[in-house]
Amino acid sequence: MTDIAIVSYAQAPMVRDAGCANEVELIMPVINEALQACGLARTDIDFVCSGSADYLQGAPFAFVAGVDALGAFPPIKESHVEMDAAWALYECYLKMLAGDIDSALIYGFGKSSPGNLPEVLSLQLDPYYLQPLCPDSVSLAALQARAMLDAGRCTREQMNEVVINSRRQAQKNPRAQLRKPVSQEQLQAEVDWIAPLKKSDCCPISDGASALVICRESQAREMGLPYARVVGMDHRIESHMLGFRDLTDSPSARNAAKSAGLHNNIEAAELHAPFSHQEILLRQSLGLSENVDINPSGGALAGNVMMAAGLDRIGSMAAAILRGDYKFGLAHATSGPCLQQNLVTILEAA
Amino acid sequence: MSSNPNESAGPVTMMQAPLYLQYRFTAGTSSLSFLHAIKRGRLIGRRCPGCESVYIPCRGSCARCGVATCDNIELTDEGVIDKFTVVHIPIPNNPIKPPFVVAHIRLNGADNAFHHLIGEVDNDKVKLGMKVKAVWRPESEWDYGLDNIRYFKPLGGEHD
Amino acid sequence: MTDTLNELPPLTQDFELGFTYTRSLGPVLSRFLTGLRDGQVLAARTRAGTLLVPPPEFEPVSGASIKELEPVAAEGTVLSWCWVSQPSSSAPLNKPFAWVLVRFEGCDGAMLHALAADAKEQVHTGMRVRVRWAPERVGNVKDIACFEVHKQ
Ligand SMILES: [Zn+2]
Repeated sequence: MTDIAIVSYAQAPMVRDAGCANEVELIMPVINEALQACGLARTDIDFVCSGSADYLQGAPFAFVAGVDALGAFPPIKESHVEMDAAWALYECYLKMLAGDIDSALIYGFGKSSPGNLPEVLSLQLDPYYLQPLCPDSVSLAALQARAMLDAGRCTREQMNEVVINSRRQAQKNPRAQLRKPVSQEQLQAEVDWIAPLKKSDCCPISDGASALVICRESQAREMGLPYARVVGMDHRIESHMLGFRDLTDSPSARNAAKSAGLHNNIEAAELHAPFSHQEILLRQSLGLSENVDINPSGGALAGNVMMAAGLDRIGSMAAAILRGDYKFGLAHATSGPCLQQNLVTILEAA
Repeated sequence: MSSNPNESAGPVTMMQAPLYLQYRFTAGTSSLSFLHAIKRGRLIGRRCPGCESVYIPCRGSCARCGVATCDNIELTDEGVIDKFTVVHIPIPNNPIKPPFVVAHIRLNGADNAFHHLIGEVDNDKVKLGMKVKAVWRPESEWDYGLDNIRYFKPLGGEHD
Repeated sequence: MTDTLNELPPLTQDFELGFTYTRSLGPVLSRFLTGLRDGQVLAARTRAGTLLVPPPEFEPVSGASIKELEPVAAEGTVLSWCWVSQPSSSAPLNKPFAWVLVRFEGCDGAMLHALAADAKEQVHTGMRVRVRWAPERVGNVKDIACFEVHKQ
């Protein structure tokens, strides 16, 4: 248990193409919204950390350009991770635990529309054995889906149910990108994309940005701010060599969850599963019971802003707790091919 | 095993790993007013509603205040040299032959500066704070870029 | 200036980013890729005695350095696969193909590569495949042009 409070979360609408919005224009509205929602001034924030990847939009130093959205004067303490902003939150979490800071602003943004995202993501692969072959992210996920189906870890109908649930939940989320309800019959009739995956099994490509504010519980109480308490966070990583992993299991997610304080009272989980079978895999690996409400925001299948989607899972779960929907929640973020890296956050109502 | 004429070539110690990615850049909203204006030979910056600083080219925010810029402000093509350096090494694929001067130009009325070249003056006569004016390409060559300006030259009387 | 922002048409520009990296290989990758150039698949021998293809530089569980590599047959079994019906220009094959994870004969681990097949129906988990060598080889994972169906 920590004394770290999530007091604010803001998310831009997730869209296929943000068009005439540069990184500053994507980031600034969500930063201002997140700060205004909790009433902390920029000068009250001890530390800022962001997550993004310049390869997405093909703009070197876009992550530096994004700092123009912060009002970094007088000079601020600032950091960046070339990862999902969930890991930027993790950096802030560690600095909070270490006593270095008492509050932080975290943001993530992704503008994937300028490039060919599934191919750009091949850049994160092993540069000797994998990247020269340029396998795209959907193909790698499809290999994992096949392994799941072959091993009897999921069925086609269960994968469809994941998609149906995502769309149903997303109807309550005005910022979701894919919200149109679908039926088993429609999904069964859909043609293969990269078999065994169909397009509906895959997250959409999304542009967007998100921001989140944390501070000490004592400060939140003094300011009269509602908050969700961070029980714990941890992350683990698996081999970069895909052929050396059991693609049907996620020991890294399981170990991270255990270390973050996973317990049996979890009522809801935001799982960062960009592909339908991965939600099933994570539910199994984390041992979540049938009673756990999965992805009340719609999850990544309803919108997946690269480098913000993991933070969105945490922010969405915190927001659901703040709304009073749940007392105990789990949020999961992933990075890399086939759920290579997994970060788990356990949250609870204050 | 398959035979190979390279077999006698010794061990492979390096690997070529070329990679080419295609993108379509879309200019940001705040850049649009600048780019559309410079296509017509005009210079448009934007103002911060808080501290009233003017930025050209503008990326949509006042980096000092962290707020969105608002009004478009037209500036002249005259300014001063904020900083400069004399480049002595050739840059691959750059048609400009060294030594040449690259400067940060702050236009009159602007609070930031942008890179450009300095011309029509001996390199060793360039000074900080020197007043300069844009030398434009012929209008028929104008496109959506700052290279519609060929370089900046000292305003008359500033050099011998 | 009377332009309101909404009236300005968007501006786009296509461009290409090129990364022309040359990577040094180190002792394990150097031997493996030299082997591929010479038409031979080399497996890493772990301290527990198992063989791994492709050879990692360190043992996945213990982290011990890999020291020994030895040749194995250029054939194996498909552990998983997916079907690419519309290959992109960067794909290893320019007609529909399968990505496969192949476990080499007698080895642990699996290697990702492309499998040439005429139709999805020809591909299944557990099928036997063998290496199809590239006609010109330089010491790269693409010296394996792809895998092909191995009819015994
Ligand atoms: Zn300002």
